[in-house]
Amino acid sequence: MHLQHSDTFPDGHPHGSGGSSGERPGGRHRALRIGLGGPVGSGKTATVAALCRTLREELSIAVVTNDIYTREDAEFLLREAVLPAERITAVQTGACPHTAIRDDISANLEAVEDLEDHLGTLDLILIESGGDNLTATFSKGLVDAQIFVIDVAGGDDIPRKGGPGVTTSDLLVINKTDLAPHVGADLQAMARDAEAQRDRLPTVLTAVKTPGGIIPVADWIRARLADWTAHAA
Amino acid sequence: MNRAALLVLADGRFPAGGHAHSGGAEEAVTAGRVRDVAGLEEFCRGRLHTSGLVAAGLAAAAAAGYEPLLLEEAADARTASPALRHTSRRLGRQLLRAARSAWPCAELEALAAARPRGAHQPVVLGLAARCAGLMPLDAAYAAAYESIGGPVTATVRLLRLDPFDATAVLARLAADLDHVAAAAAEAAQRIHADGPAALPAGSAPLLDIAAEQHATRAARLFAS
Repeated sequence: MHLQHSDTFPDGHPHGSGGSSGERPGGRHRALRIGLGGPVGSGKTATVAALCRTLREELSIAVVTNDIYTREDAEFLLREAVLPAERITAVQTGACPHTAIRDDISANLEAVEDLEDHLGTLDLILIESGGDNLTATFSKGLVDAQIFVIDVAGGDDIPRKGGPGVTTSDLLVINKTDLAPHVGADLQAMARDAEAQRDRLPTVLTAVKTPGGIIPVADWIRARLADWTAHAA
Repeated sequence: MNRAALLVLADGRFPAGGHAHSGGAEEAVTAGRVRDVAGLEEFCRGRLHTSGLVAAGLAAAAAAGYEPLLLEEAADARTASPALRHTSRRLGRQLLRAARSAWPCAELEALAAARPRGAHQPVVLGLAARCAGLMPLDAAYAAAYESIGGPVTATVRLLRLDPFDATAVLARLAADLDHVAAAAAEAAQRIHADGPAALPAGSAPLLDIAAEQHATRAARLFAS
């Protein structure tokens, strides 16, 4: 006989199934999870590398990369030694990078949970999407906030065109501002268009590879972490 | 009994990680064994009647309430390739997460507690079907269909096949699916009397070898 099981859980919810709970199995507070998405070549991996270098002394950090057909992003981070190898995990996405961060987040959630199981208490997990298009966004079941990285060389009309990444990301990074004179990009127009599209959500114009270029992004993460920690207390 | 749950469980959009796996199709394409729609159909027919039938038997037995940890051993015994064992457990872990949210149930919790790193995917699939109120035959259908649905979707991407032609492959295999699901469910009926030896144990050596080769490739689109 097959029954519709109605067993309830001792504490009322199934531990470990959904990803949006603020707790890990056992009731421990989990790390803040930040997603980084954006088109190919906009500087997502460079942003992750710069964030790790800037924040690793003050925070316990791990990184999940979503590589499309290689382990290049994970291997770049390993080669650059931005974090010890055991703090970097690659997830394979089967030709559909947006599916793995939005529609079916199970592989990424497991990567996150394994990092927390192996490394103990973490403050911050950065989840880098495979390079995708302007509609790629992260599920709230996977991340607590998302950064969308575009660059001035990809066309200064991208903020005007909008799309879910530009309009709904919690932080928009317009990267490679140092290239603007060389590619004829109008930074003021990009900033103005972004402001118009984003309804008071923050935008940073920077060049993350230049000295100090990552500071506004790192400061934004520190503020998110302060909110997250206060929320948990 | 709630037959519509089968549509949810067998839906390719069910978030259980299948989208990142090709069921061996990527290696078959890379090796030149699948080049077109006809090759895809032969690949799928072979997979359905070997590993598809084995998965359907395991799923039907789990749905019938047979001890999942004994079925875990039966799945190991029927999965020669270490790479395929790894893939099966990984997908089982992802399916377990989705199933626990969709159909909360003490039996799924017990399996998750006993196998935190993942149980074989067909075993989880059968137990999920059970917790959804489905019958062993339903679980067999879901497992059998999945054994060919994944390769078809992957091959559409890998070879840029016409998606209508590729979907027609699945439609043409419907009678084979009926046959495999029925045989698997029939075998599962005998498991309480005869033990796991009652379950199908067909194998596809080329799928095993190809899975091992695929696992070593540095550049690939799919995880398996």
